[in-house]
Amino acid sequence: MKVKKTKQERKDFLYGLLFASPWILGFLAFSVYPLLSSLYYSFTEFNAVTAPKWVGLENFIDVFRDPLVWKSLRNTLFMAFVSTPINLMVALLLACIVVRNFKGRGFVRTAFFLPSVIPMVAATMVWIWMFDPTYGYINNVLALFGISGPSWLLDARFTKWALVLMGTWNTGTTMLVCMAALQSVPQSYYESAEIDGAGVVKRFFYVTLPCVAHVIVYQAILSIINAFQYFQQVYIIVTANAGVKGGSAAGGPENSILMYPLYIFHNAFTYLKMGKASAMAWLLFLVVAVLTVVMTKVTKKVTEDAGGE
Amino acid sequence: MNILLAKKKGKDLLFYLLVVVLAIIFISPFMVMVLTAFKTNSDAFTIPVKLLPREWVLDNFPAAFAAIPYFKYMGNTIFITAMSVVGQLLVTPLVAYSLSKIHWKGADIISGLVMATMMIPITVTMVPLYKIYSKLGLTNTYVPLILPTFFGKAFYIVIVRQFFSGVPDSLIEAARIDGANHFICYGKIAMPLCKPVLTTIGIYAFLDAWSDYLYPLIFITRPEKYTLSLGLQQYMSEYSVDWARLMAAALVFVLPVVICFAIFQKNFVEGIATSGLKA
Repeated sequence: MKVKKTKQERKDFLYGLLFASPWILGFLAFSVYPLLSSLYYSFTEFNAVTAPKWVGLENFIDVFRDPLVWKSLRNTLFMAFVSTPINLMVALLLACIVVRNFKGRGFVRTAFFLPSVIPMVAATMVWIWMFDPTYGYINNVLALFGISGPSWLLDARFTKWALVLMGTWNTGTTMLVCMAALQSVPQSYYESAEIDGAGVVKRFFYVTLPCVAHVIVYQAILSIINAFQYFQQVYIIVTANAGVKGGSAAGGPENSILMYPLYIFHNAFTYLKMGKASAMAWLLFLVVAVLTVVMTKVTKKVTEDAGGE
Repeated sequence: MNILLAKKKGKDLLFYLLVVVLAIIFISPFMVMVLTAFKTNSDAFTIPVKLLPREWVLDNFPAAFAAIPYFKYMGNTIFITAMSVVGQLLVTPLVAYSLSKIHWKGADIISGLVMATMMIPITVTMVPLYKIYSKLGLTNTYVPLILPTFFGKAFYIVIVRQFFSGVPDSLIEAARIDGANHFICYGKIAMPLCKPVLTTIGIYAFLDAWSDYLYPLIFITRPEKYTLSLGLQQYMSEYSVDWARLMAAALVFVLPVVICFAIFQKNFVEGIATSGLKA
C-alpha cells in the first residue's frame, strides 16, 4: 500500500512537471536568464554591437554621480507618492458609487472603466491633444469658468500635474478590485451600525474602511510598484514633443517628466550605454523586490489584524 | 415626514448629479477623440473651440489611411494578436491545471514564482532580451512579440488557477479511480468546465496584444514591420500635427477594443475582481 502511494506520488510529480513545463521553460528563458545576464552586464561596458567588457563598479559609480539619475528618481518618487494616493482615493470614491444600487449603474460603471481599456498609445495621444494650451479642451473648459489654464505639457511646473490628472482616468482596475472588496462587507455590519446611530460618514470610517483595509493596502503598494515602472505615457509624450521616434534625449521640459525607467530606456537604446542601463535597471529591480516582499508581509498582517480570512 | 422624504429626495438628486458629472468627465477623452475625428482640421484649430464639429466630415478617415500604410500595420497587428491569443489559450489552462488540480511537490513553489514574475520590471529584462534576439537575427520579426505568449503569462495563469480551485477535486479523483490519466481528466473534465474563464483570458490576450506598445518599440525598428500602436506615432513626426486625422486613425485603432469591451464587459469585471482580491 505504502509503495503504491509513492508510485502515485511520483506519477503525479511527473504529470505536474509536464503540465507546468511550458511556464517553467518560459520562466528560465524570459525571466531568470535576462535577470542574471542583466546583473552581469551591469558590471560591463557594452553597446548592442561590441562584446561586453568588464569594468567593475564603474557603471554604478556613474549612476550615482549622474545628476539626471537623481532628477529622474525624484520625478518617479513624485508619481509614486503624489499620484498614487490621489488615484487610490479616486478609485475608492468611484467604487463607493458603483457598489450602490441605482438606475443606470451599469452604464456608469462602464463609463468609469472605459478609459482603462483604451490602448495607452491612443489614450495618451488624446490627452496630448486635450492638454494643448490653445486648442485643447481642458483649457477651453477652464476658460468657461474664467480660469486661464497653463501650458500643461510644455511648462515644467505643470507637466507632472498633467500626468497626475491623466492617471486619475486610469483607475478603473483599482476601482473594480475595491468594488469587489466593498461587496464582500457583510450587510449586517452596516445594519447594526445604523441601529447604533452611526451616520454615513461614521459607517464609512468605522465599518467599511476596516473591512477593506487589507485590499487598499495591497493596492497602494501595488500602485507604488507600478509607479516605479511608469514609462510608456511619458515616452509617448516626450517623443510627440520631440517629433521623430527616439530623435531626442528628451525628458520633457527641463527633464521634468524624465522618469527613472525612461532614463533607463534612453541609456539603453538612445545612448547605447547598455551597461549603465543594466546597472540602473538592477537598482530598480532591488527596490521593486523589497516593495513586493513588504507588500506580501503587510497584507498578511493587515488581514490577520482584521480577523483573518 | 414630508420633510424627511424631501430631504431624501434632495440627497438622491445630489447623488445623481455627482454621478452624471463624473460619468461625463470619465468618457470625455473618448468623446474628444470621436468628435475631433469628424471635424475638419481647420475647425479643430479655430477659436473658440467648439465641442461639436461645426461641420461633420468623413474626410479624415481616408486621409489618415493614405498618410501611413495603415492597413499594412493593421494586418501586422491582427497577425500578432491572433497568434498571441492562440498561444495564451493553449498554455494558460495547462499550467493552471498543474498548479491547482495535480497535487505534486513543487506546485506551491511554482505558484509563488508565478506571482513573483509579475513584479519583474521589463526595464531589467529588455536589454538582455534585445541582445539575444538581435544575435539570433530576430529583431524586426514578430518572434519576440509572439514567442513569450506560448509560455504562459503569470496574470492569466493566476486567474485560471483561481477558477480551477473552485472545481471540486472529487470530480477529477473519481475519473482517476476509473483509470483516467491526467491528460484525459484535463481534456474531458477540466477543459469543458473552464470555457467561461478561457473567454476571459482570450479577451485579455487580445487586448494586451492589440494595445502592446513597449515590445514593438524595443524589437521593431523597420517601418514596414510596425504595428498600429507604433504607426500612430508617425502622424506626430511632422512639425505640426493634423489632429483631426490622427484622431480618426486612433479611433479606428481603438474601436475593436471598445466593441470587445462592450460585448464582454462581464468577463472583464469578474476577471479583475477575483484576481485582485485574492492575489
